Amino acid sequence: MADYNTMELMICTAARELEDGASVGVGTGAPCAAAMLSQKTGSPNLTILFEAGGAAPLIPEMPISVGDSRTTWKALMASGMCEIMETACRGMLDYTFLGGAQIDMYGNLNSTRIGPDHQKPKVRFPGSGGANDFASFCWRMMVMTPQDPKRFAEKCSFITTPGWLEGGDSRAKSGLPLGAGPYKIITNMAVMDFEPESKRMRIVAVNPGYSEKDVQDNCGFELLKAPKIIDNPPPTAEELHILRDVIDPYRYVIGR
Amino acid sequence: MDVIAQGSGKIFTDPDADKARSFFRTKNRKLESKVMTVKDAVEKFVHDGDYLVLGGFGANRIPASVAHEILRQGRKNMGFAGHTSTHDFQILCAGEVFNKLDVAYIVGLEARGLSPNARKYMESGKVDVSEWTNYSLSVRFKAAAAGVSFHPARNVMGTDTFKFSGGKIIACPFTGTKYIAQPAIYPDIAAIHVHEADIYGNCRVRGITVSDFDVARAAKRLIITCERLITNDEIRRDPSLTVIPYWCVDAVCEVPFGSYPGNMYGEYFSDEDHLREWMKVEQDPDEFKKFLDKNIYSCKDHFDYIDRNGGIRKMQMLRQKEFMFIGARS
Repeated sequence: MADYNTMELMICTAARELEDGASVGVGTGAPCAAAMLSQKTGSPNLTILFEAGGAAPLIPEMPISVGDSRTTWKALMASGMCEIMETACRGMLDYTFLGGAQIDMYGNLNSTRIGPDHQKPKVRFPGSGGANDFASFCWRMMVMTPQDPKRFAEKCSFITTPGWLEGGDSRAKSGLPLGAGPYKIITNMAVMDFEPESKRMRIVAVNPGYSEKDVQDNCGFELLKAPKIIDNPPPTAEELHILRDVIDPYRYVIGR
Repeated sequence: MDVIAQGSGKIFTDPDADKARSFFRTKNRKLESKVMTVKDAVEKFVHDGDYLVLGGFGANRIPASVAHEILRQGRKNMGFAGHTSTHDFQILCAGEVFNKLDVAYIVGLEARGLSPNARKYMESGKVDVSEWTNYSLSVRFKAAAAGVSFHPARNVMGTDTFKFSGGKIIACPFTGTKYIAQPAIYPDIAAIHVHEADIYGNCRVRGITVSDFDVARAAKRLIITCERLITNDEIRRDPSLTVIPYWCVDAVCEVPFGSYPGNMYGEYFSDEDHLREWMKVEQDPDEFKKFLDKNIYSCKDHFDYIDRNGGIRKMQMLRQKEFMFIGARS
């Protein structure tokens, strides 16, 4: 098997989650690469939507912005923010991929700030953008992120984007649309999902070269384990070829 | 309607629809020429303390010439909507133009990384911050465009984004479902860059419209910059292409390459080298000051800025880059 880096592994793992005929709201970088790879492998009829208005493009190469011209390459529609988010709110977006500076055991994400003082934060991040919206509305929210104990935090400094909130039925009680929520967390070491009752994060697959202990050691909270934990397969030669030579030849994302 | 919960964030603009109506009652509906320079438009329509919205998305179809002119004229204490505001936000932070901010996406330039100076300004304690999301700000403009005081939505609930917003959670009078009521933003001033406009302000936009359709209608005053002026006959030839009507518009400024260094759909791609240079010089305050003096403060106008950064040759190269993929459409 060819060599690959962890970003390539995460993108290939994510791409396999998107079935043909599904719709996905994506951001720039790794999520976009995953959607493009999926479209060029198993799911040619994957509908990709960008929050700024690009709908159903056949993207030629990695966009720099979710609003740049490439997001409407051979698209079916060039619309706007409300159109895309309302489509998601109506229940017509199946998936979204997100990231963040922190994630907790319920899949809540922080991309706003570190530190207690809101007007004078220790570190200011960009904020939600469309992440809170996609996570609120898309049926299955997925996260792609490197795994380390600081990022996988016991408690987020600020919950920008909803996961399962405080677990159990707290998300449903909050008023967010029923049935939507975090689905899978894809890291360099493993794939996690959420235990159906408590909504706590649990290991379902471990990546080549890592053990369950590695995954737990690089997590700031206790992970549950699925009844059967599988080995996540490595990227195939075909996936790597498409990713490296077609989607991201300048290594904007996979070179990180 | 009972309020179930509310955020602690401030609301920087008055959502009162009747007050907005009395303003719009006085707005000019005459079909008369509004062509002027960016300098004159900013002098006339942008004031200290105003709430400002810039159109486009980050570094795509942004009214860069207006943002620069606001710095040159030294506007201060403004309110601003950070609605995926990337390079435009970077420019306004360089001039410390605003001190009240509705945040959806700021500080970052998407895949290009984070702006050190914008981040420094946001960590300085000088800015009063309310948290929202891109969709939240979109529906706040939509409420204003519809002439009402709020718009319900189903995002934001359960998060700290809600706690630090100015939204209120209410129950639907029909179903009992919870919604967040998001207050209308009637901006004092907005600037939007479009592909084509006539002298009265009827505008055409190609590609994505983001929230500009609603922003144009929500704003009390609106400056349009356009890649090119077209005739009113051309507008009337196909009215289905008009996305902003003249009665929303106060100034029309013809600024070719007006989104530079940003991307303009079907016209030119972003100048990634120049944007990288911005990020780099921001790391050193002295270098940054020199850079701003060269590119903004000592420039007469947008053409001067473009001349100092490669001029028409650079613009032609960015056009070709855009057409590498746009032009291949058939």
